[in-house]
Amino acid sequence: MISIAQNTPGKTVLLMGNEAIARGALEAGVKVCAAYPGNPSSEIIGTLAKVAKEMGLHVEWSVNEKVALEVAAAASLAGLRGLCAMKQNGLNVASDFLLNLNLTGCKGGLVLVVADDPAAVSSSNEEDSRIFAKLADLPLLEPADFQEAKEMTKMAFEISEKLELPVLIRSVTRVSHARGNVSLDELPKSGPKPKFETSQPRLAFPATANHKVLHEKLNKAKQMFEESAFNFYRGPKKPEWMLVTSGSGWMYALEAVVNLKVQDRVGILKVGTTWPLPENFVLNHLTKSDRILFIEEVDPFLENNVKEIYAQNCLDLGLKAFSGKANKIVPDVGELNPEIVTHAIMNLLNVLYEPRPAEYAQRVHEATSELVPTRALGFCAGCPHRATYWAIKVALALDGKGGFVLGDIGCYSLGMGPSGFGQMKTLHAMGSGAGLACGFGQLDRFGLEQPVLAVCGDSTFYHAAMPALANAYYNGASFLLLLLDNSATAMTGFQPHPGTGSTATGNEAPVIDLKAICEVFGARVEVVDPFDVATTVETLLRLLQDEKGVKVLILKRECALVSAKHQKRPYKVEVDTKRCLGESCGCNRLCTRIFKCPGLMWDMESGKACVDEAICTGCGVCAEICPATAIRKEAA
Amino acid sequence: MFLSKDPFNVIIGGVGGQGNVLASQILGEILVSQGYVITIGETYGASQRGGAVMSHLRISGKDQFSPLIPEGQCDLLVALEPVEGLRILDFYGNPKVMTLLNTRTIHPIDVISGDATYPEVSRIISEIKELSRRVWTLNATEIALEMGDPIFSNIVMLGALCAMDVLPINREGFESIIKDLLPSRRLDENMKAFDKGREAVQEI
Repeated sequence: MISIAQNTPGKTVLLMGNEAIARGALEAGVKVCAAYPGNPSSEIIGTLAKVAKEMGLHVEWSVNEKVALEVAAAASLAGLRGLCAMKQNGLNVASDFLLNLNLTGCKGGLVLVVADDPAAVSSSNEEDSRIFAKLADLPLLEPADFQEAKEMTKMAFEISEKLELPVLIRSVTRVSHARGNVSLDELPKSGPKPKFETSQPRLAFPATANHKVLHEKLNKAKQMFEESAFNFYRGPKKPEWMLVTSGSGWMYALEAVVNLKVQDRVGILKVGTTWPLPENFVLNHLTKSDRILFIEEVDPFLENNVKEIYAQNCLDLGLKAFSGKANKIVPDVGELNPEIVTHAIMNLLNVLYEPRPAEYAQRVHEATSELVPTRALGFCAGCPHRATYWAIKVALALDGKGGFVLGDIGCYSLGMGPSGFGQMKTLHAMGSGAGLACGFGQLDRFGLEQPVLAVCGDSTFYHAAMPALANAYYNGASFLLLLLDNSATAMTGFQPHPGTGSTATGNEAPVIDLKAICEVFGARVEVVDPFDVATTVETLLRLLQDEKGVKVLILKRECALVSAKHQKRPYKVEVDTKRCLGESCGCNRLCTRIFKCPGLMWDMESGKACVDEAICTGCGVCAEICPATAIRKEAA
Repeated sequence: MFLSKDPFNVIIGGVGGQGNVLASQILGEILVSQGYVITIGETYGASQRGGAVMSHLRISGKDQFSPLIPEGQCDLLVALEPVEGLRILDFYGNPKVMTLLNTRTIHPIDVISGDATYPEVSRIISEIKELSRRVWTLNATEIALEMGDPIFSNIVMLGALCAMDVLPINREGFESIIKDLLPSRRLDENMKAFDKGREAVQEI
């Protein structure tokens, strides 16, 4: 792996956008970095954690985003440079602190990177976090490529220190989680010694006076952005159409204009400082063309803010036609891609473009629709969550009272789909399964007869479910919380957390015991191994039929991908073709049709199950569920 | 060697867990070290969960391109799994595309459950041949399993790619990159996987 800590000025390396942001922070002399992992932001702090010792940094995985921002802000208040990173949902969690921190200001450069996930490819929503910059009156930068991701991060620290304000950087998946060439600069040698000035207390109070100061600072940011190198125009002097882009929209627009051969008709305005917008810069460029098309992800943020400036100056500028999300020329949901941008320009300019011969397109469509099966997402082979949901499915069916599972955020969110047997029935925010259970768990007094279950992962529990559990005990809610403890923040790349015994930088850490916490919160706690299917079903059934109150069942089994890193397969799993009765068994192909582990296959020729040795991880769970005991596991 | 086109667009695609991300990263780093401007984008979120995945690699002598290849603009397809190769051609293929195919199948959940069928591999290969200008094949997974771990199949594929001589990459370039990228104890077995891929690949 390319180390982002190499001091090789002038060298060009291939970096992921998130690594480029991390490198930018190093070049700016960052000292304290904190985050809660969340895609597509996770590699920013993950990368810094790897070089923390070498670079003399404090890097931590905090328990949630609000704490992470508070940790980074503390460094800033003591005069050091601090970096905090999160995904879009994380900013909701951190926003309470952020909307007071803006009033107190900060000292050392403080940069908050938010990586948005347009189309929610790895998220529960696709919210556009830029609105928080407007809400909190904070400067906002949006990188359009990898080099800029690094340069903007460096610049953000400078701006933050000049204005004594935190600065937001809004990245998106196609910047954060793509790779490209980045040219490196010098790493600084030393930094200041931290000291908190007690003569200058940082109090949000009095809010109105601080709010006024905040607006003055934002006005200074606007002046600074008038000259920013992150904003520029490329194209003819008087284009028929001017595209206004930010972030990922810039490179899609560049390529589309070339592919459509309309370079002499279309100009592109690239805006990198999107809040506050540099008003004179925007006004100057609005005079170039009377037709404007906005290209940005996800909300019409730039679009609406440019229109605001236009409205204020429309008598000078004359009539202009704006296109974008408001008139649906560009979709107002989902992620941008080259096709969306190409088609928007084609429609507006009335040009034709054939990316490949129509005959070829038709032939390949025909072949694909006939031959290519869909490939649904599912739990990995050997994933403990599949076994857990299997046990839930069986126990709820045996219990027969219509019990249901309230969901949460993690790999186990896939419990809503076929590989979790459709067992998870709600999906909202981190910790919301347990939170909703606090409410559902009160409804028995109104006649709710269904048992209430909630799932929650180990990392999610520390992040957001602990308050719900305290609330449940205090207010007397009744439900069963299933803690799916796979000893990792698996979905985002196996980051450690307070239950794993190690820190972000690999130091040993005290383990905060899940069982002990739950007991302190008044819950009755049991622990099972989900791979022991029979015991898990029996325990679930017993807890479902139990008396009222808060019950917690910890399903403890390490993530299969983590296990594979440090141990060999526990079992060699094989199908005994003599015992497997195929379709005539009466099991309805339980192992494949129902259980659906990708490590199993159905051999059409013999009409029997078989194991795919390239996929099977040897967990042995299928051997437990086969009613004909045809699947055998032997210690490997 | 010069690129036959700028940007030259490569897609490495397969099933989550097959190592398309690492393969594209290795390839990208080899090319950056030779002075090319590289952009890599990837399907995202499904990387470990058995979904259809791909990496887009864009090679240019001068410009940074967007991380997504536009419709019909794939120049070289590296398919780590047969139906995934065809799925990618559906949107990105064109009459000039060259394809390298790992012939070993991975069944989707819908096929495992009996709700869908997996076509005959020979049928897929003939369709891909019909839809590509040139096609090379090998069973990279089988070679990796013979080496003791299916994890090597992406490296076997990179070896095959090197032997095809359509990209400016060679064995020395690969070796110098994986020396940095992977732990040194894994160097020998990865070089072995690379060489086995070089030997096994055949144009059909």
